[in-house]
Amino acid sequence: MSIEILTFIILTIIGLTSAILLIIQKNPVYSALLLITHFLALAGFYLLLNAQFLAVLQILVYAGAIMVLFVFVIMLLNLQNEEALKDPFNLRKIIASILGLVLFSQFGIFYFLKAKYELDIKPSPNSIEAGSVKKISEALFTTYLIPFEVTSFLLLVGIIASIVLAKRKFE
Amino acid sequence: MIPLSFYLILSAAFFSIGIIGVLTRRNAIIIFMCIELMLNAVNLSFIAFASFFGDSSGQIFVLFVMAVAAAEAAVGLAIVIALFRNKLTINVDEVNILKW
Repeated sequence: MSIEILTFIILTIIGLTSAILLIIQKNPVYSALLLITHFLALAGFYLLLNAQFLAVLQILVYAGAIMVLFVFVIMLLNLQNEEALKDPFNLRKIIASILGLVLFSQFGIFYFLKAKYELDIKPSPNSIEAGSVKKISEALFTTYLIPFEVTSFLLLVGIIASIVLAKRKFE
Repeated sequence: MIPLSFYLILSAAFFSIGIIGVLTRRNAIIIFMCIELMLNAVNLSFIAFASFFGDSSGQIFVLFVMAVAAAEAAVGLAIVIALFRNKLTINVDEVNILKW
């Protein structure tokens, strides 16, 4: 067993356990911490796939910025009645779980019956180069320049919207 | 060497877990976390394809998805705060004024 397969198995176990524990955890703070663990496992997958720049970005943006926002909002709300959010094991949960499993089995059936041979491609030898900052920034500032600028506008709209929505009304 | 379909199956598993979370949980913050889970599952597919085809376009799309996810999380959490201020709850079952 090579080191690559071993890393893949360990990261799969970490990612799946943290994702499953996230949705069954009652306390939102624990869910936030499990989501950070999941993002770190995903950053490991990105490194395994030779996407070095995006692995660093995943940790910086998700585990750094977005999760701080989540934890901050959980702290700010300071929910008193968390008991009210706990609903018993009812029909809706069973139906939702069945729907999720049906969706996953559809993906699985598609991959293993249809796409298994069509997707049986060898990894490209220039994937290490493709994941470098140089290659990504070259494509980002030439081919994808206009989407990049539109993204900055989207972030500006997001900032304005969150300030307007979260602001107290002064009347 | 790990084949491409392993990454795709894993991505599908993460996406399905996110779907189950969105459908079962009633806490608005946890629903947002599950949406992040689903966005990241798609990112994993993008990067797997980008790596196997040796093309950096897929990684640039992941960059855009990250920007959209950041904006979405900021706006969504602002909505949660405004909701809590007005109705003193973040249980999405009790927020039904738009329900027909």
